[in-house]
Amino acid sequence: MSDEPTAPARGRRKSSRGAHIAYGIVGVIGELLITLGVLLFGFLVWQLWWTDVQGNRAQAEIVREIVRETPPAPTAGATEGAVKIAEPRRDDPPVLAQQPHATTFATMQVPRWDGEPERPISEGTDRATVLDVLGVGHYEGTAMPGDIGNFAVAGHRTTYAKPFNRVAELKKDDPVVVRTSTLDGGKGTDTWYVYRVVSTQIVAPTDVAVIAPVPNEPDAEPTKRMMTMTTCHPMFSARERYIVHLELDYWAPVSSGTPAELVEQTTAKG
Amino acid sequence: MMYGWLWRHLPGPTLVRVLIALVLLAAVVAACFAWLYPAIAPHMPFNETTVGE
Repeated sequence: MSDEPTAPARGRRKSSRGAHIAYGIVGVIGELLITLGVLLFGFLVWQLWWTDVQGNRAQAEIVREIVRETPPAPTAGATEGAVKIAEPRRDDPPVLAQQPHATTFATMQVPRWDGEPERPISEGTDRATVLDVLGVGHYEGTAMPGDIGNFAVAGHRTTYAKPFNRVAELKKDDPVVVRTSTLDGGKGTDTWYVYRVVSTQIVAPTDVAVIAPVPNEPDAEPTKRMMTMTTCHPMFSARERYIVHLELDYWAPVSSGTPAELVEQTTAKG
Repeated sequence: MMYGWLWRHLPGPTLVRVLIALVLLAAVVAACFAWLYPAIAPHMPFNETTVGE
């Protein structure tokens, strides 16, 4: 009678040893899954926050380092903070030559996006060498700023400093100011190009006709000076593309002053 | 389990173990931010902004 409990006890001990191993395996798998979850959360933090921190820092540095003319200072006696307004010109503008891949040749500012910094525009639209690191990219082979045809650019909407994050806020006639720098023709060729929004559309990623010289008419001969911005849509997805078409309103040499559109922005802020 | 094993093998009193664990964690996070995440980001589907192929 006294021996009887030992047999089941031994059995229990054996099964509990087996259970111990099973629990151990389940525990390790559980910890691995928790670790994976934490790593994925870390990826989101990195992608949605850290790439913006890094990107904004890097792009601000790129803009700072551009060699370019500064708009003229206000004339003596003018009120403090006043700037010389550039005279709009609507004759044929100077046009930069096509630039080598990954060269930053211009910047863009959007007064509607109050608080957004000036963004660099560089040649090329691949992610590794342009869009992820340099900001806005210029589709190779499309027109340069101010030229007849379609000056087409792409930018991230939700990551890597998200230069086109607020693209959906743009309305018809909103100005977008592109400023080219001296690297092409030397002193005197820095130019403001003020484009205005004509239309927006949402298309499939394969719809390359939106960046054709005449947007959406791939075979037509261009007569207008267009600009097109492309970015991903909906936000945090790449299912579609958000497209903004603009047309050149006027141009002005940087040496002649600052476009009124940018001045209104500064005064509105102050 | 794995973390329990790690905890048991960290030297020193509890406070020292906590500090070592935090340093290890910071190193892992830094390694992820510097190498792992940038390496896997191009394979994520939500970053495409261009039209084309």
